[in-house]
Amino acid sequence: MESDRTGSATGSLAFEETGMVFPDGTEALQGISFTVDKGEFVTVVGPSGCGKSTLLRIASGLLEPTSGSVRADRDQLGYVFQDATLMDWRTVRGNVELLAELHGIGSKERERIAAEAIELVGLSGFEGHYPKALSGGMKMRCSLARSLTLKPPVFLFDEPFAAVDEITREHLNDETQRLFRTEEFAGLFITHSISEAVFLSTRVLVMSARPGRIVEEFDISFDYPRLPELRFDPSFAELCGQVSLRLRGSHA
Amino acid sequence: MTGRSAVQKPGAVRSLTERILPPIVLGSGFVCIWYLLSYGLLEPRRRFLLRPPHQVVKVGFLDWDNFSDILESLWSSTKVAMIGLAIAICIGLILAIMMSQAKIVERAIFPFMVTLQSIPILAIVPLIAFWFGTGQRSRVVVCVIISLFPIIVNTLFGLQSADRGLHDLLTLHHADRVTRMRKLMFPNALPAVFAGLRISAGLSVIGAIVGDFFFGRGDAGIGQLLRRYANQLAGEELLAAVIMSSALGVTVFLSFGWLQQRAIGRWHETTTGAN
Repeated sequence: MESDRTGSATGSLAFEETGMVFPDGTEALQGISFTVDKGEFVTVVGPSGCGKSTLLRIASGLLEPTSGSVRADRDQLGYVFQDATLMDWRTVRGNVELLAELHGIGSKERERIAAEAIELVGLSGFEGHYPKALSGGMKMRCSLARSLTLKPPVFLFDEPFAAVDEITREHLNDETQRLFRTEEFAGLFITHSISEAVFLSTRVLVMSARPGRIVEEFDISFDYPRLPELRFDPSFAELCGQVSLRLRGSHA
Repeated sequence: MTGRSAVQKPGAVRSLTERILPPIVLGSGFVCIWYLLSYGLLEPRRRFLLRPPHQVVKVGFLDWDNFSDILESLWSSTKVAMIGLAIAICIGLILAIMMSQAKIVERAIFPFMVTLQSIPILAIVPLIAFWFGTGQRSRVVVCVIISLFPIIVNTLFGLQSADRGLHDLLTLHHADRVTRMRKLMFPNALPAVFAGLRISAGLSVIGAIVGDFFFGRGDAGIGQLLRRYANQLAGEELLAAVIMSSALGVTVFLSFGWLQQRAIGRWHETTTGAN
């Protein structure tokens, strides 16, 4: 069964008994095992400080786990940070072109894929703006566009919308979901918002407080495309309630 | 956007007068006190100590023989200051980049930088004269020493303050050291570099004048001239030269502010003063 899920050749991410103990002795993660396949959008929810971000850093290869292993297609990883992390000295276009630049893609091609990504996140017309002239939500869109340029098979999101307001956040959720549908990546999303998790994901994993372990797994079977109205559906609320209950249980 | 700028316009005009008026009022006050001291406090035979403003203007600025002397030596000092500053920029940038690349280099250099910085410039001027003579070279050395520290400290701070997330992003995409420096650390450091430059440029001008005061050989600068005027008890010329020296400092400070605005104003909100 386990080998089945890790078997797919491209676009997948697999944790196997992954554990992380920091040099100061803090045990951040313990025995994490799960896979994300192409076409799956898996969200990890957990109390703050439970090691969610550590999990993502390990998935990306920025951090080596101290036990177990992680397998991921890291060549063209998509990584969306907590903040937009844009370069202030580059325009929207310049920021979006960055990754293609780092991978040595020619300027013509770079321009084309940047324009496409900017269009995809709805920032057309703002190509020449510098970050200081953008709102928080627009900065996040720009950040999304940047990570889309390389068509990453694996997409990691580290609480990307935590800093924007509720309305902007719902918009960005709608768009993330749309991008997931069109780009068909394997998504691993970290958040502490339960409704965000349920709305976006095919699967929600609940993590316990430190040391972080996966304590529950919820399959979310709503059909895509998911409309904004889904958030007011009783079955949506019920699922959120279940996740919330499990999350609270993990606090104790 | 257009609506907002339309609303702000009268405010901008008002703030301009608000900004210009106070210094004008205060400046006029100064001139009044100056007259008061010159005519009220000093007896005529001691009036050479503080000549009234119109005398200073007449003798120091409007008499071309005197004014051209001042301008010439000022120009000589400006050249010294700018050469010294240029050398300090080169050394400072290179050192800061080296320090940012290896912690051990930073640890090695930093104590010496602080030591160099804390020696009063007047204390090392005789030493510089001793080693380098009293010519043009020594003047430049003083400028380099006095203006190096702010450039190094600010550049290093700028290089090291690049966003963690952006560093991670570059790591994820296998950027090498040169790429990291060129695309992230150096552009990120530019605002701090300019902040350092403005301080250093002012210091370099001071260095040029102070150095010149003590060095007799080579092209005499404004320091030599100030000394000569003081010895000759030429009050009007002395005051004119002092005013022109500070005008040079202000000009240098403003030009570097302008340069900063041109270079990074498009993307960086400048918060340092004098705008």
